[in-house]
Amino acid sequence: MAQPKPNKVFAPWDDPDAKPIIQFKNVTKRFGDFTAIDNLTLDIYPQEFFALLGPSGCGKTTLMRMLGGFETPTEGTILLDGVDIGPVPPNERPVNMMFQSYALFPHLSVWDNIAFGLKRSNMPKDQIGERVERMLKLTQLGKFAKRKPHQISGGQRQRVALARSLAKAPKLLLLDEPLGALDKKLRNETQFELMDIQETTGTTFVIVTHDQEEAMTVASRVAVMVDGNLAQVATPDQIYEAPSSTYVADFIGDVNIIEGVVDLPDAEVPDGAVSIRWSPTEAPIIAMMDTALPTASACHFAIRPEKVSISTEKPEAKNVMSGKILDIAYLGNISTYHVEVAPGLIIKAQATNVRRLSRRNLTWDDHVYLSWTDTAGVVLTE
Amino acid sequence: MRRFSWFNATSLTFGFAFLYLPMLMLIIYSFNESRLVTVWAGFSTKWYGELMQNEAFLDAAWVTIKVAFWSSTLATILGTMAAYIMVRAGRFRGRGLFSGMIYAPLVMPEVITGLSLLLFFIAVDVNRGILTIVLAHTTFAMCYVSVVVTSRLVSFDNALEEAALDLGCTPFDAFRSVTLPIILPAVISGWLLAFTLSLDDLVIATFTSGPSSTTLPIKIFSAVRLGVTPEINALSTIMILLVTVGVIAASLISRSLAIKAKADERNAQS
Repeated sequence: MAQPKPNKVFAPWDDPDAKPIIQFKNVTKRFGDFTAIDNLTLDIYPQEFFALLGPSGCGKTTLMRMLGGFETPTEGTILLDGVDIGPVPPNERPVNMMFQSYALFPHLSVWDNIAFGLKRSNMPKDQIGERVERMLKLTQLGKFAKRKPHQISGGQRQRVALARSLAKAPKLLLLDEPLGALDKKLRNETQFELMDIQETTGTTFVIVTHDQEEAMTVASRVAVMVDGNLAQVATPDQIYEAPSSTYVADFIGDVNIIEGVVDLPDAEVPDGAVSIRWSPTEAPIIAMMDTALPTASACHFAIRPEKVSISTEKPEAKNVMSGKILDIAYLGNISTYHVEVAPGLIIKAQATNVRRLSRRNLTWDDHVYLSWTDTAGVVLTE
Repeated sequence: MRRFSWFNATSLTFGFAFLYLPMLMLIIYSFNESRLVTVWAGFSTKWYGELMQNEAFLDAAWVTIKVAFWSSTLATILGTMAAYIMVRAGRFRGRGLFSGMIYAPLVMPEVITGLSLLLFFIAVDVNRGILTIVLAHTTFAMCYVSVVVTSRLVSFDNALEEAALDLGCTPFDAFRSVTLPIILPAVISGWLLAFTLSLDDLVIATFTSGPSSTTLPIKIFSAVRLGVTPEINALSTIMILLVTVGVIAASLISRSLAIKAKADERNAQS
């Protein structure tokens, strides 16, 4: 497979000729009565930065441990480069893992930790030294080579763990919540470092995380998992803009979900759009949709708070609702307004704070208008 | 805020007196000039000199050290293996029974352990000697080692071993190069515990020793039955001294290691 050209979008999953590096084929994993992974099929392509995202207990860690060789599937097969790796023990797989706790060997120095895997391969001694030095340089750990793990900071430990797992140049690197132990600021910096390293080495990365922001930042594709199954596998923007179900929409970021039914076709509704009746008295919601939905079928309309505009004057827009501000959450750069548009239905609208707080014209109990275009939200049937 | 009240001082004095007065008596009388143990007749070190001439005591001491060394080494290997398997095996049917059986010798009366071992050795027709004492001491010491090592392994991060496997170690290699070095302090203290237990065991050794293999506790015990001599006081004093020096040295070494680790940590932060 050719390297992705700089001006061409890297998307092997859309290429029918691309050969996946990892194939899960109808994999099921049970622990006693508990089904951790339920008949899961998934392809991961070379040089991808693939994120497994989900709440705890969704099976994402089990999926990763099966790649590492620490669990074997109850049913189904896992192929690595077309070879079934089910019977291969962890020490013979061209796969390395970065553990959540980092699992650095406390009795060995940083240098020896990184060299640990190389010493157990057939690599000649002088090349081991070179390789370790390169890893130290890549992760900017040069001056800590002689330290023991307890003598360096959390961020440095994280980099040692990364260097150690990359030292053997694995075909596939697994990262189990790699940034979980770092504070927010360091985590953000490290995310970009990880992406740089992934690009430099060209290794396929599979990352497990419960932090959706992290998954969105680093990953080429994100798999949202729920109860041992894949809810959606797509690029971060697709996951965010076009979630396949209310579960995914709700799990990723903030969202308003309005229940309704598909209204009768109407002359006022343009082609390719659907009209959703959500209240007996208010005007229906107009939303563009690729597929036609049968009249009177139940559906959900999902819209992100930042796509909802808030104003005191009635605007000209496809969808307008009016209501009263119940709550304002001030986050510095943005504010989230909770607006009650009907008894019990609260819509969140986000606005950038372009003016100082003292000059804001919206306040509690104000009567406001919410509006959005017909392409701002998505209609979900699941 | 250090309060040293009258009550504290008294309880401290009584507590230490209770623990150490008998030993102090023994040490003082080991320097007694007189052959009569309870009559003080002036300071002398002659009993130490006589002790060094006593072949029987020296032989017994040598046997004791050999037995203690080999039995504690064997017990450490077996006890560590047992602890490792029990911790790693996770949950299975009959786990409670298994671990109970490993720890049972802890609470078994020594007389019964000794007697059963004696019957066993007779049944399999093994001549009693150093070998049988070593085996007997191994059986009861290994459960102590197992307890010590288990408590360390329970807090051992399993991911370390998985990381070793992940980086290309075979399971045995992972144990040897990662697990063992990390739990080594527990293994060493298990060995020391087994060594001490073997040194001062009288009951089991009595059952399993042969005519040519008398250990020091047996020797002292049988000598005392003929009357306490200042020689035995001297011998006991030497043993107390050895144990004390050993304990102090061990604690000093471990403390200096801890201080060094702390200093390294401080340097790492600056």
